[in-house]
Amino acid sequence: MRLYLQKNHYGDYGDGHAGGLEQDAHQDPQKQWPLWEVFMRSKQGLDHKHAGSLHAVDATMALENARDVYTRRKEGVSIWVVESKHIHASDPNAAAEFFEPANDKIYRHPSFYDLPDSLKHM
Amino acid sequence: MDQTANQLQDQFQQRIDLEQKIEPRDWMPEKYRQTLIRQISQHAHSEIIGMLPEGNWITRAPSLKRKAILLAKVQDEAGHGLYLYSAAETLGISRDEMYEQLHSGKAKYSSIFNYPTLSWADMGAIGWLVDGAAILNQVPLCRTSFGPYARAMVRVCKEESFHQRQGFECLLQLSRGSEVQRQMCQDAINRWWWPSLMMFGPKDDESPNSKLSMQWKIKRFSNDELRQKFVDMIAEQIKLLNMVLPDPDLTWNEQTKHYDYGAINWEEFKQVIQGNGPCNKERLEARKKAWTNGDWVREAATVHAAKQAKRKSEAQTFSAKETQ
Repeated sequence: MRLYLQKNHYGDYGDGHAGGLEQDAHQDPQKQWPLWEVFMRSKQGLDHKHAGSLHAVDATMALENARDVYTRRKEGVSIWVVESKHIHASDPNAAAEFFEPANDKIYRHPSFYDLPDSLKHM
Repeated sequence: MDQTANQLQDQFQQRIDLEQKIEPRDWMPEKYRQTLIRQISQHAHSEIIGMLPEGNWITRAPSLKRKAILLAKVQDEAGHGLYLYSAAETLGISRDEMYEQLHSGKAKYSSIFNYPTLSWADMGAIGWLVDGAAILNQVPLCRTSFGPYARAMVRVCKEESFHQRQGFECLLQLSRGSEVQRQMCQDAINRWWWPSLMMFGPKDDESPNSKLSMQWKIKRFSNDELRQKFVDMIAEQIKLLNMVLPDPDLTWNEQTKHYDYGAINWEEFKQVIQGNGPCNKERLEARKKAWTNGDWVREAATVHAAKQAKRKSEAQTFSAKETQ
């Protein structure tokens, strides 16, 4: 039984579904501009982080709009944009199984190992 | 409702109770989705319509400095509208559907924007009172249970503080000015005070959607709680302006440690919500006109992008042939 809505936006597509907007755009190409996800590096040396999303007709416009919407107060030094339909996401409904392999491997953490206090520099 | 749906409901409420955020593709009750779509889109519409009363004064700002500030503020409102529309879109409604709901009058926006901006002092009063009230509503929304809404609100709140401060500063300057400027300041406060109190929505016992919204942690404080907080805050701040609030019943209550205030005219609130406020028609007309007049720009951008894409692919084919 699938109760969740199939039409997703915001880069939260699962593999195998087309995003809702893609279908809309096909029906009326004049009206709907594609959705883009915006990633921003807030300062040199840090990762690009998801900032939000916006509609734009192409990558150039998406970058310019992202600059105007997300960096009016110098919040970014670099922007990536990617059309939302190109993002593949893991399925939240299958998250338990998907991430299960890590659950029983506590020996991957340094705190698993009980060592004498006299041991230094480790 | 069958077994599975019941289980999903319970799991959903458990997650909410544990303060876990809900993300777009997670299972959620249909009513939760609809409530959020309604609330977030109304909020977005309010930001967009909210540009109109202030836009009225951009060309008539008293100095270049004030003009630059007002422009920056109005640009922020457009940005806030965009953050919020994007958040609503994650719930499965398209941008065009939301615009359609706004333009057809089906969707509401904050009643405050249906009042006219008659003098320059209104720019100050809007920043101080209207944005001040909005901030009290918005700060708890940074912790709302739906992830994209909460994240959008964090951005909005960071920017909103400038709006309130510039408003107070604008009024402060008028309050220290000539007699005419002082009158202008008091007049703006008189006209914006009661509508600002109405921004918090109906009284708790007459707010039908509140209970569920609190249970789902979309809302975290009741309308009356936030309204009281606002009154307490403003009643103190106005002393710095040497102005008065237009409420003879406003008094400090030593027992409750809060300010008591007079009765709100809920009939006026109802009328404005129903479309009979002083500027409802004008605002919606202006919004629709902007949208319609922008039609050719959107079309031109689409055609231009298609042409650029075609050129690029032709150039690639050409250079591929050259290499052969």
